[in-house]
Amino acid sequence: MTDDQDQLQTKAGTSGPIVEMAVRIMTPFIQLFGLYVIAHGHYSPGGGFQGGVILGSAYILLGIAFNQQIAMRYFSERVNNMLASGGALIYVGTGVVCALLGGLFLDYSALDRILHLGPIEWRSMGIFIVEVGVGLTVMSIMTSLFWDLGSGGELEKGL
Amino acid sequence: MDGLMSEIVAKYNYWIYVILMMIGFYAMLAKRNLVKKLFGLNIFQTAIILMFVSAGVKHGAKIPILDKHEVLEHGVNVAQVVNPLPHVLMLTAIVVSVSVTGVALAILQRIYRRYGTLEEDEILEKIKE
Amino acid sequence: MKKLAFVAVLLTGALLLYGTKDFPAWGDPMAPAAQHLSPTYIEKGVEQTHVPNIVTAVLGDYRGYDTMFETVVIYCAGIVVIGALRGWREDE
Repeated sequence: MTDDQDQLQTKAGTSGPIVEMAVRIMTPFIQLFGLYVIAHGHYSPGGGFQGGVILGSAYILLGIAFNQQIAMRYFSERVNNMLASGGALIYVGTGVVCALLGGLFLDYSALDRILHLGPIEWRSMGIFIVEVGVGLTVMSIMTSLFWDLGSGGELEKGL
Repeated sequence: MDGLMSEIVAKYNYWIYVILMMIGFYAMLAKRNLVKKLFGLNIFQTAIILMFVSAGVKHGAKIPILDKHEVLEHGVNVAQVVNPLPHVLMLTAIVVSVSVTGVALAILQRIYRRYGTLEEDEILEKIKE
Repeated sequence: MKKLAFVAVLLTGALLLYGTKDFPAWGDPMAPAAQHLSPTYIEKGVEQTHVPNIVTAVLGDYRGYDTMFETVVIYCAGIVVIGALRGWREDE
């Protein structure tokens, strides 16, 4: 009897059907808004850090409304670690590529030698590439902090 | 007294943020629970961030997001645009504040598991044993 | 302990408020913080980078080195939380 109830809890989550339905509808819009804030960092307030936190909060919402095991099915720990390191690597990698192509470290106008768009346009593109890296790292770390602090390191039960 | 009043009216934003800083500082010193001390630190950091951002304001100026075509044609009047440097530096400060809070909460969890309590005087007694 | 803390807080607050005597008035366009480097960023920022948001231009291009270390700081915080909380058996 208790085994069946336990299985039902794990499958269905712990919050009740109204909350689950609402979260299921809202999560894609939250993620779309986070991507919008990252991409429009040039033209309105926003940028890498702000968009990354909004993207991370979508996964935290999944973790609060459903069971943490169900949320971790969507964003597993391996992908989390790879994205976090990948974001920091994108930032440093852009700087190293600029230095290898003849300019200074993080001098984006040296990227003009690969694809001829003009040095000023490459500065704008360089800022955007770097912000994508920052956004990925911040999203992964926000989610990872929530999982670790909420479950005390075990990642099985969670909040 | 008259000089003091005119000073307060001219710089009242600094006075408000100093009072907020002192509230956070008192929480760090005088409370006994470790979580309350941590949130005193958080209040202190927030007050400093707000003070720096308010130091860059100019009267009647707009936010530092300009219109690209207008600036490339006409140029920009510096006194009409708010100083962007404090905003940039405080973005970094906000991220540092988040990181410090995250690491401190992890350390508090391990202290709780080790000693069973989060009150400072009980922990000091258990250490002395 | 609380009285001592209160006295210390009042003393520090009084010293800080005395120190705001030298600050420029709120909203002064001729403040020293807005004088030396910040006009260069506002005037030359859009024509050198074609980015209308000056805060993003300064954060990503002129002060890009600081933002890189910022990313490393938050990554290290994530690693520290993982390392401090995972997998240790309860010894003693």
